[in-house]
Amino acid sequence: MTDATTDTGSNRMLGGTATEKTIHTTTSITTVRNTSGAHIELRDVNKVYADQSVAAVENFSMNVEPGELIMFVGPSGCGKTTTMKMINRIIEPTSGTITIDGRDVLSLNPNELRRHIGYVIQQIGLFPHMSIAENIAVVPKLLGWSKEKTRNRVDELLSVVQLDPREFADRYPKQLSGGQQQRVGVARALAADPPVMLMDEPFGATDPITREKLQLEFLRLQESIGKTIIFVTHDFDEAVRLGDRIAVLSEKSKIEQFDTPENILASPANAYVASFIGRGAALKRLGLITVGDAELGRASDARGDASVDEGDSLRDALDLLMLTGLPAIAVTATGGRTVASISVAQVSAALGAGAAALDAPAAGERS
Amino acid sequence: MTGFDLSGLLAFWAKRHDDILSLIGEHLLVVAIALLLATIVGVGVGLLVWNRPVGRSLAVTSAAVVLTIPSLALLAAMIPLFGLGWTPTLIGLTLYSLLPIIRNTVVGLREVSPAIMESAKGMGMSPPTVLLRIQLPMAWPVIVTGVRVAAQLTIGIAAIGAYVGGPGLGQMIFQGLSSLGSKNALNFALTGTLGVIVLALIVDGLFTIITKYTTSKGLRA
Repeated sequence: MTDATTDTGSNRMLGGTATEKTIHTTTSITTVRNTSGAHIELRDVNKVYADQSVAAVENFSMNVEPGELIMFVGPSGCGKTTTMKMINRIIEPTSGTITIDGRDVLSLNPNELRRHIGYVIQQIGLFPHMSIAENIAVVPKLLGWSKEKTRNRVDELLSVVQLDPREFADRYPKQLSGGQQQRVGVARALAADPPVMLMDEPFGATDPITREKLQLEFLRLQESIGKTIIFVTHDFDEAVRLGDRIAVLSEKSKIEQFDTPENILASPANAYVASFIGRGAALKRLGLITVGDAELGRASDARGDASVDEGDSLRDALDLLMLTGLPAIAVTATGGRTVASISVAQVSAALGAGAAALDAPAAGERS
Repeated sequence: MTGFDLSGLLAFWAKRHDDILSLIGEHLLVVAIALLLATIVGVGVGLLVWNRPVGRSLAVTSAAVVLTIPSLALLAAMIPLFGLGWTPTLIGLTLYSLLPIIRNTVVGLREVSPAIMESAKGMGMSPPTVLLRIQLPMAWPVIVTGVRVAAQLTIGIAAIGAYVGGPGLGQMIFQGLSSLGSKNALNFALTGTLGVIVLALIVDGLFTIITKYTTSKGLRA
């Protein structure tokens, strides 16, 4: 996971001399899963507001590997946003240390630091008086990039978030739909190719259909850019869909469980986590396992015309089984050729096998 | 007192159009200079105090107090300090313009939503950069509206400036008032008054254009 680009990311944290370094990393957006992300460590971080007797965040410690997408999930007011905002010092910690690639965040100039951390908030906060291109160019401008380099980067990013630069670069935020604005928000945060991204319920204000579309796009994007991302949400399903690991938080940002979505769904650490998952944990887990990963039956066992692709989730397979009422349906490989069949029993077995296989590392990783 | 005579008035205009035009020019000039000074001072003060509760109320309140002083009294009070002529008029008009400009600057800067302030900060802008590159441009239409109100105010008050020997259409009004009963008294007063009204309308239209061309397309309704 760690390669040369990680170093580039960390060097840019130094600020001034670093602008040159970003030139070649901007191309990384088209490469496959590089980890341009940085390592983040929070140790014994506390936040106590002067006018409150109870801590907002108490002894928070966490290690985030480069390129990981970490979800902070918890009810409103649990301190998840406060914890995230201490990483770019929008909120100053009362005590504790936060390091990014070994560099103490609290010793850096806060403005310099923030130029190398992408930041997306729920309200997006696009600047209404600036065109879309100008909005995306804000951080490159602060970093003193040349006009040409900035313009190329703006066009590149608009394409990345699936907005045609010729159509959108000169528009203003109010001329865009909510979903389009949110894409621009993500593009703007990515502008200087920061190793770390902080996202505070970025898709929270969009309608369910747009949200799901944005989530899928975002997953695809992260696949290619491999940033280290802290993503705050109160929507557990969103956390399951997006996260490499999920931190389930309770009052004072206490970590109840910190693990992969599979492990949390398969074995919630306590009643609090279980209540947060809600009903249908097994169905949620099925959504994370692909048909190809299950133990499948012979192709000749398949009945009827219905079929699922190997890449589809077991949840899709079960859905189809229920809908058709067939004992088993066909599984197709790319190209549509039937290679196997799947039955309800096999779906169920995959769940048990998955849970058993995932149990072992789960114990070690839990914080 | 003589009655109104339209042909007399038209003849008066034909005979004195050079005088009238130069007085209109003077009137416009003194208002323009006062507004320029007040905009520089008012926006400057606004930028300094918008986020300081004590400074803010001090600035807005003192500008409001100035506005409550009757113009005639304020102008007369300045004679011992600045003598007669342009100077007291200019200073008086600048003082009167400050309230709408300071108040609108402060309101405009404070109106920028917390989300926009936070995203600007989160992108690594220093507070002065946020103020000048985000808040000021966003507040600009509100600030221009303040200047526009100040313009309407000062075009009227400038007429009183003639009382302290100031320039502009007020000279005609005062000349008419001081020669009541004479043939042209009404024509003088009427021309000065009409001139002020027409000027106010033209300047207001001018501000519509100024607002349009100095405000970002993204902020226009």
